[in-house]
Amino acid sequence: MTALDLRVAQRPNSPMTTYRYDAYDAAFVRERVAEFREQVRRRLSGALTEEEFRPFRLMNGLYLQLHAYMLRVAIPYGTLTARQMRRLADIADKWDKGYGHFTTRQNLQYNWPKLVDTPDILEALADVEMHAIQTSGNCIRNVTADHFAGVAPDEIEDPRPTAEFLRQWSSLHPEFSFLPRKFKIAVTGAEHDRAAIMVHDIGLRIVSNAVGAIGYQVVVGGGLGRSPFIGKVVGEFVPRADLLAFLEAIMRVYNRFGRRDNKYKARIKILVHETGIDEIRAAVEAEFASMDRSIFCHDPEEFERIAGFFAPPPYESLARDSQMLHAAKLETPAFANFVDVNVSAHKTPGYAIVTVSLKPIGGVPGDATSDQMRVLADASERFGFGELRVSHEQNIILPHVKQDDLFALWRMLDAAGLATANAGLVSDIIACPGMDYCSLATARSIPIAQAISKRFSDMSRQRRIGKLGIKISGCINACGHHHVGAIGILGLEKKGQESYQITLGGDPTFSASIGEILGPGVTVEQAPDVIEHLVDFYLAEREEGEAFIDTWRRLGHARFKDVLRREGEDGADI
Amino acid sequence: MASFKHPQILIASNLSDGEVVFLGASGWERDHRRARVALNAEEAAALEVFGKRDISANRVVDVYLADVEIGGDGAPTPVHYRERMRVKGPSVRLDLGKQAAAGRGAP
Repeated sequence: MTALDLRVAQRPNSPMTTYRYDAYDAAFVRERVAEFREQVRRRLSGALTEEEFRPFRLMNGLYLQLHAYMLRVAIPYGTLTARQMRRLADIADKWDKGYGHFTTRQNLQYNWPKLVDTPDILEALADVEMHAIQTSGNCIRNVTADHFAGVAPDEIEDPRPTAEFLRQWSSLHPEFSFLPRKFKIAVTGAEHDRAAIMVHDIGLRIVSNAVGAIGYQVVVGGGLGRSPFIGKVVGEFVPRADLLAFLEAIMRVYNRFGRRDNKYKARIKILVHETGIDEIRAAVEAEFASMDRSIFCHDPEEFERIAGFFAPPPYESLARDSQMLHAAKLETPAFANFVDVNVSAHKTPGYAIVTVSLKPIGGVPGDATSDQMRVLADASERFGFGELRVSHEQNIILPHVKQDDLFALWRMLDAAGLATANAGLVSDIIACPGMDYCSLATARSIPIAQAISKRFSDMSRQRRIGKLGIKISGCINACGHHHVGAIGILGLEKKGQESYQITLGGDPTFSASIGEILGPGVTVEQAPDVIEHLVDFYLAEREEGEAFIDTWRRLGHARFKDVLRREGEDGADI
Repeated sequence: MASFKHPQILIASNLSDGEVVFLGASGWERDHRRARVALNAEEAAALEVFGKRDISANRVVDVYLADVEIGGDGAPTPVHYRERMRVKGPSVRLDLGKQAAAGRGAP
């Protein structure tokens, strides 16, 4: 992975805009597949007990869930090629049940693989430069990034080269393969945080200093789960040359002082918030000062080599605004709505970023059939240089679409059930698999998402409401990011029944905040009513241009609690 | 030993394919209606002995006892919604899991 061989053959369907394996990468992944094949063989023969085998399968992304095994495939910083997306579809058909679930960590999960088939699946992934390594276990997990990386107008620098740099640094890093707990890193290079860096173990924000040099604001100790925390700034400006050494120092402090006696207190967020950021910063700086930094010495050539993989595709020179797009919007209102909601500004004139919602009304958030995956692959090749992204909001992004092509793309997506114009709206709900699949869950989350989505099925009403993030988790582990939902919903068990705790005021961006509990839990049947009352109150009270979170912050939590109390008194049984 | 409040069945996951299985009269069954039901603590302990034996034999993993109620047809139904989910399949995909083959609905 650190090989400097630039002579990498261009492969079919592989755009120049994504990282490509070199010989070292390819050999490494193949070796891991062969190793796991042998481990599976030994497990099935009885040579390995489940206790012995479990760490091996987890290191390769294989879980045992409620109904079957589950394989979590890594999608580094959410970037996929068309060829890779097609392979994901083929695997879904051949070894699973014809669909996949895109997750809040920009990965993909198969819900029904057989243990005996897993080595073949990993082999098929390796064919297209993919794997499932470090998607589980107490290691540094898949590094995530802004899904608009490289194309967002508000970007200082594309975060993907940094994310890839960190992926290579952290892959099988011997010091960090047995951390106290799992460890998640997110990177953004933009003025608006689309990667939720404030709620990661380490969040990196690419910044430039007074003289225009690029560096990183380093945030540490954020996280959701049982004990949610907003991260603290541990390094205000870490020069690029020092990044790896600085992160190494953080990891060493965590490895040394992080608790291993209690898994619920083992994440770095607990260490940071119990110790205090000043003391942690001092420990990191002391480690940084005393360590042998030569082995982490920044290699500008290597960074530039990696950055070269993420070069912009060969855009055409176009006018800023497309007349074709303008005309098509006038002719086709449904298309106009799609453009207004799901299409974002691109930094290159004449191009656009398209969010393909995986949240059809009443659908399962994040699920895509194999046929839909193929349509997305085809669409990316036909309209977007063969590149796709997975967002942590569980949608698919086509990052390089000509405005002139948007209408044709929309028709193609619409025919495949992929043109729901709800990106960022009330029905664009993040939801973990919950108890419909997950063995850790305490309640279902998908049916709640479906019920709310159906309640707000009127798309014009959704557009009137505007941007509103609802996030649902089926247990306290918070894979559905409920703590940072403007409206968060947490599924729990109460006296043998599913019960849903609602929080308000969460925010996953630079202005991050953890939601506050609204009141007693509600039933699955009550949840849509409660959400609707809250939304109606917001609509009645909001001022010009206010999003839900803004109104909540202005009015205060108590006003929203009062709404439900009054509704309950009026007989709404909430 | 914990108090015995409900009849119990032994649930596990099949090692090679991960499917949920239930200890029956003559081995592991894929339909919970064929599960052996323990009516007292001693019978439940006997089920667990079988379970531990088959963990050692690498047939099953994640073995545990689940409380059930016995219906009019004599078939056991899990008391807790988690296990009710396991005997059927995802409530949001009635075409998948055991319920798909049995043509039954979700809990």
